Amino acid sequence: MPTKRRRWLGGAMHTLLIGLAIIWIYPFVWMIFSSLKTNTEYMNAGFKLLPEVPRWENYGRAWNVGQFSVYFSNSIIITCTTVVIVIAMCALTGYALGRVRFPGRNWFVAAITATMFIPKGYTIIPIYQIIKSLGLLNTLPGIILAESSGAHVLFILLFMTYFFNLPKELEEASEIDGCGFFRTFVQVMLPLAKPIVATTAIMQFIWTWNSFFVPLIFSINKPEIRTLAVGMYAFVGEHTVDWSGMAAGAAISLLPVIVVFIVFQRFFIEGISGSVKG
Amino acid sequence: MRAATTAARRRDGAAQSLSGRRNRIRFAWAYAFIFPQLLFFLVFTIYPIIMSYVYAFFDWSGFGPLSNFVGLENLARLMQDDQFWNAFRNSLVFIFSKTVILMPTTLLMALILNQAFFRGKVVYRTLYFLPVVTTTSIVGIIMKFIFGNENALFNETLLSLGILKEPVPWLGQAGTAMLVLILVGSWKFFGMMMVYWLAGLQSLPGDIYEAATVDGAGYWQTLRSITLPLLLPVGTVILLLTVVNSMHVFDLVKTLTNGGPYFATETVDLYIYNYAFSASGFPQIGYASAAGIVFGLTIFLLTAALGGLVKLSRDGQSAREAASAKGGI
Repeated sequence: MPTKRRRWLGGAMHTLLIGLAIIWIYPFVWMIFSSLKTNTEYMNAGFKLLPEVPRWENYGRAWNVGQFSVYFSNSIIITCTTVVIVIAMCALTGYALGRVRFPGRNWFVAAITATMFIPKGYTIIPIYQIIKSLGLLNTLPGIILAESSGAHVLFILLFMTYFFNLPKELEEASEIDGCGFFRTFVQVMLPLAKPIVATTAIMQFIWTWNSFFVPLIFSINKPEIRTLAVGMYAFVGEHTVDWSGMAAGAAISLLPVIVVFIVFQRFFIEGISGSVKG
Repeated sequence: MRAATTAARRRDGAAQSLSGRRNRIRFAWAYAFIFPQLLFFLVFTIYPIIMSYVYAFFDWSGFGPLSNFVGLENLARLMQDDQFWNAFRNSLVFIFSKTVILMPTTLLMALILNQAFFRGKVVYRTLYFLPVVTTTSIVGIIMKFIFGNENALFNETLLSLGILKEPVPWLGQAGTAMLVLILVGSWKFFGMMMVYWLAGLQSLPGDIYEAATVDGAGYWQTLRSITLPLLLPVGTVILLLTVVNSMHVFDLVKTLTNGGPYFATETVDLYIYNYAFSASGFPQIGYASAAGIVFGLTIFLLTAALGGLVKLSRDGQSAREAASAKGGI
């Protein structure tokens, strides 16, 4: 293609893609500006985007009156604990599977992979019953347990492949230095697996933060343990006319996950790309 | 001589038992390492899968003992429930429309962004991917405000652009509510599929393209006879992932339309939820489980069919590759 034509084509493409991108993320832009308007302004805004004066007090109202401070800390506690639990379990499992050919190893890998494909019913009901019989219904640990309960096949396989490909000499050298199996894992091998830890952390963070169904059914009778996703849903039902408060609440809920994604997107995109190629 | 071999054998034996001891210790550690995941797996994956079938044969509200065995009664009742089939049809319409909209458009976007000379790839990828990482239930609420009222953003915009003469109650009529649900669902998942396609495009071998350029093939020719055929296996995997993703639409439906108006957008997962966790009346766990099994088996059959397609396209490609390799030599 001649350079001149290519430049023209590139320019046209950019104009098109930028225009489309503005429409694409407009709902979020609109949400942020709506959160800075008064309710009357919101009602009469039409598609006027900017508020006359930014009303930051909407955020204060959502945070205090709307209980978003409680929801926010619940979301943080649930998400961070779940991420730590999932990383610990998957790294340990992946290490054992990748480095040791113990009897039953292949059977284990086959079993966790098979659960992805066999037909299952509505499995949340038995999980609900288990959490109930443990006495953890309507508690934060109950939600955390349910959130970290998946088989984590993708993460385990990522860790397994990564540990499998590390050279044998590393382990041997560390053993000669007097490290046992566990210390070799913690001090030598796990630090090398940082990219996989990062991918697991980011993906699990975003999944748990965005989770709605599990925290919804596990906090039905207990507003104090609602997460942001559930709290927002409840807020809409309870404060039907406080639109700018709702927009502020939505912004409080979405901004953390958007920031985390933009900062760490490399690991997230890699994790997703891995699931297609694999 | 004999003494030497015996000594050597003894030495080997010692080494063997040493390495046997080392192995035993390693095995013990390995079992300890997989134990937490194995426990979680048995309790939260295997047991629930088994029980999701067992519950379906009982009339049970979730409280008290599991004693009222009713056999296939739940299933029979389900098969006769028009509302279930309505939800079933809605789910299929949603899955089908979303897939048909997304497959070509996301591929097109990936092809554009994958151009070597095209700058700003990461910025565009980030922007178009953004809806994927946002909380679906909150997006549902935002969209309800954008499409919901007569003087909401979407109506106002279309009115002032002169596209509409009067406001449309988008979420108040069956057809348009489903349309909004499909469009929002597609918008939310677009970035994910775009990244799938980009990953597929980047895994294509570069030397074929050099050869094509040397042979004087233009862009469209290269696209038609090299890129698209090579993308076929990845494409079928993407199709599979999209269909599977579209089956779970609870968060969006619950917050955007809650199945309304008059069940016009009620999907199977919302239908099951309403029986299992309904706030009014007793939950019908057995009945909900039966519905879960029917839906689970449908998903299984669909994915098995698509999985077969994946395998076929893989086999087809390796056959083609083998043929072209033979032809080349």
